Amino acid sequence: MLSIKNLQAKIGEKQILNGINLEVKPGEVHAIMGPNGSGKSTLASVLAGREEFEVTGGTADFLGKDLLEMAPEDRAREGVFLAFQYPVEIPGVSTINFMKTAVNQIREYRGQQPLDAVSFLGVMKEKMKLVEIDQSLLNRSLNEGFSGGEKKRNEIFQMAMLEPKLAILDETDSGLDIDALKIVANGVNKLRNKSNAVVVVTHYQRLLDYIVPDFVHVLYKGKIVKSGTKDLALELEAKGYDWIKDEVTVA
Amino acid sequence: MSKDNQVLEELTSKEYEHGWTTNIETDSAPKGLNEDIIRFISSKKNEPAWLLEWRLDAYRKWTKMKEPTWPNVTYPAINYQDVIYYSAPKQKVSPTNLEEVDPELIKTFEKLGISLTEQKRLTGIAVDAVIDSVSVATTFKETLGELGIIFCSFSEAVQKHPDLIKKYMGSVVPVNDNYFAALNSAVFTDGSFCYIPKGVRCPMELSTYFRINAANTGQFERTLIVADEGSYVSYLEGCTAPMRDENQLHAAVVEIYAMKDAQVKYSTVQNWYPGDKEGKGGIYNFVTKRGLCFGDNSKISWTQVETGSAITWKYPSCVLKGDNSSGEFYSVAVTNNYQQADTGTKMIHIGRNTKSRIVSKGISAGHSQNSYRGQVHIMKRAEGARNFSQCDSLLMGDKCGAHTFPYIDVENSTAKIEHEATTSKIGEDQIFYCLQRGIDEESAVALIVNGYAKEVLNQLPMEFAVEAQKLLALTLEGSVG
Repeated sequence: MLSIKNLQAKIGEKQILNGINLEVKPGEVHAIMGPNGSGKSTLASVLAGREEFEVTGGTADFLGKDLLEMAPEDRAREGVFLAFQYPVEIPGVSTINFMKTAVNQIREYRGQQPLDAVSFLGVMKEKMKLVEIDQSLLNRSLNEGFSGGEKKRNEIFQMAMLEPKLAILDETDSGLDIDALKIVANGVNKLRNKSNAVVVVTHYQRLLDYIVPDFVHVLYKGKIVKSGTKDLALELEAKGYDWIKDEVTVA
Repeated sequence: MSKDNQVLEELTSKEYEHGWTTNIETDSAPKGLNEDIIRFISSKKNEPAWLLEWRLDAYRKWTKMKEPTWPNVTYPAINYQDVIYYSAPKQKVSPTNLEEVDPELIKTFEKLGISLTEQKRLTGIAVDAVIDSVSVATTFKETLGELGIIFCSFSEAVQKHPDLIKKYMGSVVPVNDNYFAALNSAVFTDGSFCYIPKGVRCPMELSTYFRINAANTGQFERTLIVADEGSYVSYLEGCTAPMRDENQLHAAVVEIYAMKDAQVKYSTVQNWYPGDKEGKGGIYNFVTKRGLCFGDNSKISWTQVETGSAITWKYPSCVLKGDNSSGEFYSVAVTNNYQQADTGTKMIHIGRNTKSRIVSKGISAGHSQNSYRGQVHIMKRAEGARNFSQCDSLLMGDKCGAHTFPYIDVENSTAKIEHEATTSKIGEDQIFYCLQRGIDEESAVALIVNGYAKEVLNQLPMEFAVEAQKLLALTLEGSVG
């Protein structure tokens, strides 16, 4: 589904990604872990098409298309979803209105008729149940005055609405207490199926107790330095990141 | 150049959609302004002697006044002798019903989306259509007449209701109120008049649609609304003009007089030609709008969406004379390219327990300058007066400016005044968030701007709100830097 080869990127003069290789197949969950500043969020941003990062080398193929050539909105329309670490506030625009605009623009891109208000509400109600979110939250201005947990739940609700093929969760666990974490993870698990894939970017192992990965990759200095199964995450939790750093230095 | 800036360039160069002219024969005065021109206008309109005197008095006062220099706008000096002060579509006789109106004129308004044919209208809005300086048609007159509501052109009111005109014209905006009001008082050619009798709730929106058509013509219209005790009316005003290289002058006066328990809601969507993207041409819009809450418990509410004009100088105000009276001002002012707007309101609290509310949302893009200027004055007698003001500015790109000039004068210590102000920029973060959800940049900006202006747009009557939303999106789509 997603095939990243030797991906390099910089911001300003600072090189951050130094040749990432990653293969994600449908139905898989990949966790990207690593110490602060290792390039985890940069990878997520580059895949989503954030402009301030400049790709300096490598390729990323998404379902047979050159992902890096696509405009950010087209990546979304092709099925790439990024759950933001810091969801943005848009005053005066309700989540419902926001999602209606998004859903219908994506449908238009795919050559489908827009959803009328009734069908849209039907879909929305169903997804609300799935991710355990209250409609009163969705009537409010997008993310304005939301708690950390509400913001993250709202991200997962949007993911449910847009049904992406590839979902990238950028530090979705940050700022969440354990109950909120469970609800968010539960939502993500319900949305998983054989044909979609999830990339979880996280600093801590904690989230991976609830969203269980098939593969764990450790990012350090802009490179994947170690890959393994979920046991690798537990090892990192127990030993910290220093031993990886040592290993890399020795090698 | 970043992609955002490219989109900005593309979209802000979008052409003004109402920029066409109609070929109608007009009857015009020669260029220039002097007492003879005023006599010419007055005689063309077959006015009573007192009105000519009133005009001449205004003219004499105007010649002694100076054009204000305090607004935060710059423009080359206006040569008032180079303007045509009277231009009227030529009609053989003044029309008494729609069949007699020149079909070209009807077409003009249909092109603007304003049907003057009553049976075709479903929305139930009575329209007075003013082209250049003259009212060409008023719809639904009879329906309104049954309720005793007078809604007609100003000229017609001068002929048919001289007592009302004589009594109320100039009672809210005196002839020498300011430079542009004095000019208007001297040379105004037409406009709309509306009287709502005691206890009557006007069953439909009343609307005036202004269109400047002829070249080098100034449009000087007057609107006078008188709401008698316990009455209610909602009034709409829309405006467009063709694209011209030269600047055109527009100096209007709107007066609202509200008696005891009366309520008047006045909404404007101003879309005069703003000039091209280099700042050439466009309307100079110098407008005096004021409402007098004369009676106790009366209420006047201004809502404006200002998107057009090269220069906007406009402060719809309320004088709260009656006890418990209240005034509201809701404004969205958008400037793009080289537009300049200096707009805001004045709330003068004279009566006891008077209330006012100001919500101003400025949006600047391109190289434009957008200023809010507001005054809240609590007079000595205004025991228990309250004001709430909120002035927000939104910047798009880094070449525009937003300015706020709030003045607060309090002479009574029981007054409660709240003022909030914010300045924000449409963030790249907000845009990217939308893009990542599959929303293109144009729609993202429209979404964000409409969200920002929502509180004001919500005040507009339904049909107008939709039009205003589209207009905002059209003026600004993609203007992000």
